[in-house]
Amino acid sequence: MKRFVFRNRWLPYALVAPQVVITIAFFYWPAFDSLRLSLYRASPFGDRLIWAGLANFERLFRDPAYLRSALTSFVFSFVVTFAGLALALLLASLANAKIRGLAVYRSLLLWPYGIAPAIAGIIWLFIFHPSYGILPWLLSFVTAYQFNWFLKGWVAMTLIVMAAIWKQFGYNLAFYLAGLQAIEASVLEAASVDGAGPIRRFFAVTFPLLSPVTFFLFTLNMTFSFFDTFGLIHSVTQGGPGDTTSILVYRAWKDGFEGLQLGFSAAQSVVLMALVILLTAFQFRFAEKKVTY
Amino acid sequence: MARTLAPPAALAVHAASRVKARDGGGIVAHAILLAAVAVLAFPLYYAFVISTQTLSQVTSLPPRPWPSTAFLSNYAEAWQRAQMGRLLLNSAIVALGVAFGKIAISLLSAFAIVFFNFRGKQVVFSMIFVTLMLPVPVRIVSTYQVMSVLGWVNTYWGLTVPLLASATGTFLFRQFYQTIPNSLAEAAQLDGAGPMRFLWSILLPLSKANIAALFVILFVYGWNDYLWPLMITNTPEMRTAVIGIESLVPRTSQLPEWNIAMAAAMMVLLPPVAVIVVMQRWFVKGLIETEK
Repeated sequence: MKRFVFRNRWLPYALVAPQVVITIAFFYWPAFDSLRLSLYRASPFGDRLIWAGLANFERLFRDPAYLRSALTSFVFSFVVTFAGLALALLLASLANAKIRGLAVYRSLLLWPYGIAPAIAGIIWLFIFHPSYGILPWLLSFVTAYQFNWFLKGWVAMTLIVMAAIWKQFGYNLAFYLAGLQAIEASVLEAASVDGAGPIRRFFAVTFPLLSPVTFFLFTLNMTFSFFDTFGLIHSVTQGGPGDTTSILVYRAWKDGFEGLQLGFSAAQSVVLMALVILLTAFQFRFAEKKVTY
Repeated sequence: MARTLAPPAALAVHAASRVKARDGGGIVAHAILLAAVAVLAFPLYYAFVISTQTLSQVTSLPPRPWPSTAFLSNYAEAWQRAQMGRLLLNSAIVALGVAFGKIAISLLSAFAIVFFNFRGKQVVFSMIFVTLMLPVPVRIVSTYQVMSVLGWVNTYWGLTVPLLASATGTFLFRQFYQTIPNSLAEAAQLDGAGPMRFLWSILLPLSKANIAALFVILFVYGWNDYLWPLMITNTPEMRTAVIGIESLVPRTSQLPEWNIAMAAAMMVLLPPVAVIVVMQRWFVKGLIETEK
């Protein structure tokens, strides 16, 4: 069907103008500027830029601290995403029955999405507080080990993982529940007539049918834990102790704004851009059937 | 915001069809869901409890998991110390500015893309949609430099406008406009209504649910964004709330006034959580639609 269109010579340009201007000024200009800056370094007095070619990138991939950050970022994002989704899917499957009040449960599950990662971090920081926190206090009855995140990297990592999962968990669960409820009972009954047990049924029938939901939640949780957790790191651990919780976005910010190494930070931005483009390509590849352009 | 392309179609229909009841499943399901709700709520409850206790109650062991009497004095203290009035005002300006600004520009550009033919349409279209791919954090340093060229550092413009450079809203409205039957626009034209009249009197009322959905997502995003306001502001008066209350979080060498910090945290988290709870139906719609 051919779409109806209004006839007007200049109006459509006026209508798209605000978005086009904003997109050029705050998207294309900075993106290309990052690319350009990544090829320069600042002079010793910081007053002008010196051509550096690919030196910033070379330095990046030889810098053990940067590579550690990359590893930290991936571990953090995968743990938050996989642990969060697996637990949500497990609980949703166990709770999948026709019950009253599902809408009420949904309200009670969705609200943590509204809490800023930085605020979630402050709350969990106190729960983990070595002197007054409820969690180290409870653990002190079980073990003499000191769960002090100020000193121990893995405890600090656990803290931010918990805070991140907490914030995401409710809607992961809500979405899985809705996905499960939408699976026709007849499909599962057919599998059960064929002699498949509950576990077999889950992996052969339920899980594949849930793949759109899983895919949706996977990307959402990955982007959240990779980029939106900056506030969590900044307000709670500031990358520490040492640099055990220094994720890539945090390091790019720190090198650029505190270290004033513009070229080096821009090179990190370019690497992040490449990662996002890869993630997007991955999405297109796996979701192209559902895309309607 | 994320850029997923696969919508879980099952959710869009609000889980209309349901699995038949299985024997005994109901009680187990209720038990599991109640437990999940309780575990999720505990950190928030605990933060609230702390915000009502005195300093000596907060710092004594064992921890006291029930509210106490210092509610008013803690909240008043936090309000005063962090200049909370100003912080919340700034956050409200940014969140509402981002929400309404983005709704306005994307309504207009989607209208132009769907209801007009013009030279360069394809270019404009691709140019806008590429922005779906890159979030603000990946171009931080350069965006800051653009701000200093414009003289927007430490201003409300600088806090708000760069966050509008993304296509989520345009995408959502475009999808919706394409479902509007031609006859509607044709009838409007026969009645002598011009395109702007059609947009204002017919399209806008029809878009209410989409506008509400986008509003929830953008309000929460604008209120909670951290990296950008941290970079672009450099005086306490221009800080947004999520950043401004950081000075109240006790560090190692300071008096452990966690009760004051938690009171501040409660005040900052309340508005976006309230928006989600009150507008829940549109929140779910927005979450799915903007992730497409």
